[in-house]
Amino acid sequence: MTYTELERQWTTRLRRRFVRLLPPEKLLPDTQPTYVSSWIYVFGVTTLAALAVVIASGCLLALRGPQWWHTSSVGLFVNSLHLWSVEIFFFAMVVHLWGKYFMAAWRGGRALTWMTGVVTFLTSIAAAFTGYVSQSNFDSQWISTQAKDGINATGAGAYFNVLNLGQMLMWHIVLLPLAAIVLTGLHVLLVRVKGVVPPFEENVKVSQ
Amino acid sequence: MSSLTHFAALLPLDTLGHYLHWHFIEISVANFVVIVLMVFTFVAAIFAPFPGRRRRKENQ
Repeated sequence: MTYTELERQWTTRLRRRFVRLLPPEKLLPDTQPTYVSSWIYVFGVTTLAALAVVIASGCLLALRGPQWWHTSSVGLFVNSLHLWSVEIFFFAMVVHLWGKYFMAAWRGGRALTWMTGVVTFLTSIAAAFTGYVSQSNFDSQWISTQAKDGINATGAGAYFNVLNLGQMLMWHIVLLPLAAIVLTGLHVLLVRVKGVVPPFEENVKVSQ
Repeated sequence: MSSLTHFAALLPLDTLGHYLHWHFIEISVANFVVIVLMVFTFVAAIFAPFPGRRRRKENQ
């Protein structure tokens, strides 16, 4: 194969484009700017850590099934771990969202980073909702029968039936986690490409 | 009775939830407490000193 042919290969072009966009030192940086040393910058990674626990505990629940998580002491513990990691996930994500909102984190060409964050937040709400209706207990029955009228009023009830446990469980353990993981990965990569948004005063200093 | 059961007995977990009403706003006490904690955490995250920040600034 000639050099020109190698240059024209789609794999070569894609690799070069990716490395140009995200060189290794940007993908896994050794240091961060001084302004990142504030507690307000901690909540993004706290959300990521909580998401890891959510997924790990969810995998354990999927392996053993409802009988286990409702009756055995270890199952009840993992079930609680799943719930409380979700609570921490949303808690940290909301504080992260407030922090980024008041920093106007969409500045400097970071609009796509902001939008992937927004869509991830909405996807996570749907994932949490389908989790609540998949518990297979009286709580999930109550939530689904209350929610069905609201969902039906939007017209989505024909495709998204909250009384259909099988469908809700599939949304909860396949489609929505997949979407949340892909979007979170994209969000983190975009943060690496553009860097962490600087505070307003840093922008002023740069422009002077 | 295990220690966890003793701990659970301190909190009324098997009663109806308490709700706050203010005009058209209705919110459970539990959700209200979570929101207050989030606001507190947000404010604390802005003003609480971050370990090693001063040392890093002096080095620069």
